[in-house]
Amino acid sequence: MALTRKQKRLSIIAVLGIVLALATALILSALRDEIVFFFSPTELLERPELSGQPVRVGGLVLVDSWVRDGENNAFAVSDGASEVMVTYVGLLPDLFREGQGVIAEGRLTEEGNFLATTVLAKHDENYIPKEVEQALKEQGNWQGKYE
Amino acid sequence: MSIELGHFALILAAAIAVGQTIVGFLFWRTGNRVTAFVRQAAVLQFLFILVSFLALVQSFVLSDFSVALAYEYSHTQQPLIYKITSVWGNHEGSMLLWVLILALFGAAVAVFGRNLPGDLLALVLGVQGALGAAFVFFTIFTSNPFERMNPVPFEGRDLNPILQDIGLAIHPPLLYVGYVGLSVCFSFAIAALISGRIDAAWARWVRPWALASWTFLTLGIAMGSYWAYYELGWGGWWFWDPVENASLMPWLAATALLHSALVMEKRVALKVWTIFLAILAFSLSLLGTFLVRSGILTSVHSFAADPTRGLVILAMLAVTIGGAFALFAWRAKTLRVGGLFAPISREGALILNNLFLATAVAAVMVGTLYPLILQAFGGPMISVGAPFFDLTFGALMVPLLILLPLGPFLAWKRGDFVAVIQRLAGAAGLTFLLTLVTVFLVGGQVSLATLGLLLGFWVAIGAIAEIVDRVKLGRIPAGQSWLRLKGLPKTAWSTALAHFGVGVAVLGIVSVSAWETEKVVSIGVGESVELSGYEVRLSQVEQLAGSNYIAERVKFDVTAPDQSVRSSFSEKRVYTASRQPSTEAGILTYGFSQFYISLGDQDESGNRVVRVWFKPYITLMWYGSLIMALAGFLSLSDRRLRVGAPKTARPTPQPEPAQ
Repeated sequence: MALTRKQKRLSIIAVLGIVLALATALILSALRDEIVFFFSPTELLERPELSGQPVRVGGLVLVDSWVRDGENNAFAVSDGASEVMVTYVGLLPDLFREGQGVIAEGRLTEEGNFLATTVLAKHDENYIPKEVEQALKEQGNWQGKYE
Repeated sequence: MSIELGHFALILAAAIAVGQTIVGFLFWRTGNRVTAFVRQAAVLQFLFILVSFLALVQSFVLSDFSVALAYEYSHTQQPLIYKITSVWGNHEGSMLLWVLILALFGAAVAVFGRNLPGDLLALVLGVQGALGAAFVFFTIFTSNPFERMNPVPFEGRDLNPILQDIGLAIHPPLLYVGYVGLSVCFSFAIAALISGRIDAAWARWVRPWALASWTFLTLGIAMGSYWAYYELGWGGWWFWDPVENASLMPWLAATALLHSALVMEKRVALKVWTIFLAILAFSLSLLGTFLVRSGILTSVHSFAADPTRGLVILAMLAVTIGGAFALFAWRAKTLRVGGLFAPISREGALILNNLFLATAVAAVMVGTLYPLILQAFGGPMISVGAPFFDLTFGALMVPLLILLPLGPFLAWKRGDFVAVIQRLAGAAGLTFLLTLVTVFLVGGQVSLATLGLLLGFWVAIGAIAEIVDRVKLGRIPAGQSWLRLKGLPKTAWSTALAHFGVGVAVLGIVSVSAWETEKVVSIGVGESVELSGYEVRLSQVEQLAGSNYIAERVKFDVTAPDQSVRSSFSEKRVYTASRQPSTEAGILTYGFSQFYISLGDQDESGNRVVRVWFKPYITLMWYGSLIMALAGFLSLSDRRLRVGAPKTARPTPQPEPAQ
């Protein structure tokens, strides 16, 4: 099967086109289904339809709210206006403290509890996650740098 | 005093870089004296930055806290090695390291490039000079590491505990060498576009630099992954975090560049695409280094972010990357299209390789930047995590890995697909057999992991099959095979070795993703927990004092399934200067597998929360990366690729003048 110069080029371009189209479709569908939305506690409580879906919630760990029993942790995440109770089984990050910024990823139950699968606190004492900063600002509770 | 000398040397280096740029760009056609000037300038620029870097190192080593940076990130009680590594454990110091390596590469081109055509060398060094000037000025004006402070504090504030680790001595320098090495490919690409001189020889000159950068990037990324794995205590080795993605993208682009430069060198095809990749690879390096620093993207690994410099950084990136691609768009059409080939051929296979790698770069880039773009247009706040990347990146890697072993078997220009399949039939059979045996041994059902194992074995065995096929093992007398084996060129060995490394790494990744087990328990002294046949007993708790921290050290006795007992130590440290806590995980290696013990807090009853993982064959992914890097070094040592080797197989046609 001898291909002409033009046919050779066309067949290569056709393969490239097909692969690119498939990859684009894949990326677009993944962007629709595989992303996780971030909410402040206030937003989360306003939208009960979110329960069961993977989401992120962020805010400050409410002072005096952290209860632990062995590997089980429960604490409240607050944006100043409202708070969500988060439960997490496992080791919390070294810099997890009350009053510090934190992001929890997990699902909201029907009862309004947040079951976290991951808890992120950055490895820097003065760190406030950008999303948390914005959530606090929206509730009018931003006081510049939290120490 | 020496700190002022360092500052002064840096300013001088910037001035030299400016001179190097102007002379290089304006007079590149003039001849040998201009070339000699820019070569000397490149070497001199490097020496001055070296002086400046050493001055900064000295202030850290001597704990000279009149230097603001040493005060912020250093402490008298740090061990010497961490005093030195603290130099680049922050934004300003790491910028200085970055420009030092940039200048080192410029000087290396000047020294090893003696045999390059003078005009091309002048242009290449001109571009290197421009990059050097831009980033040295950026360092001086926005990130000056030589700021003094008055009054002088008695004690420093200490480096972030997470960074007080040997990983900081190894990972950033390796990664920077990889990132910055790509600047040479970039400069060659710009020089080619300006001069219009681009031929097979160009690819031969660029390939060693691409290869060296790729090798160091591979090492840097693998080391970074292992460092995060043992230091962060989360047991994870890759988080699809923006910083990680930022290093993966240039690596993918550099991998594509290596392969396309091969086509260009051997067959004078894919010229425009290779130039594009050379520009893209370094642009992605810049994006990786600086987008994270600008504070626009947040990451678990970034320690050097300072959003105030964001605008300057973005402007510089826009000018460098935008300018390069504008030049590309303007000049690329002057490049003549090269040799023809059939769709099924070595060239065709390498094009497919490039297609999948480039698409993978696009997928990773979309995932990394999408949250930013969405927010810029007032959309919701989102995070794109592992599920997105696993799906898209994973799906793109599957066909790439399936096709990978076929490539080296295909002939240049016109390949015979059926014959290749026949020659690989043995390897395919062995792959299926090994996968079946493995799946049977772990007692698992057929799942996605089975596909992953198939791919890993296929790539690794395919690489061995290539060597076996080349020496005609079994088809000719053994003695002759042996002679052929000894006569194989290093490039054949390095190709097979690199591909073998890919297969090994895939096996490690698949194994640990599919069969990892973990448990979180709360236990006291003397109690134990069982996981995957291993019994972990918390045997002892002791307090100890390190040089600049106090620690609670917990000893675990781990009984393996074969009844052997080994001890592992996990620590909870509090650094005295910064009062920051840090956890050191205990890791025991059994063959290629690891047992990982992370320590939590003590509760009221005196029990400790302990998280244990069994990670089967996890080290294969890092060994695989090391094998890839080894292949890179092997290929670099090949005489035929000796940096700047001047010999061309046939005389290159005289290039037409640019204008």
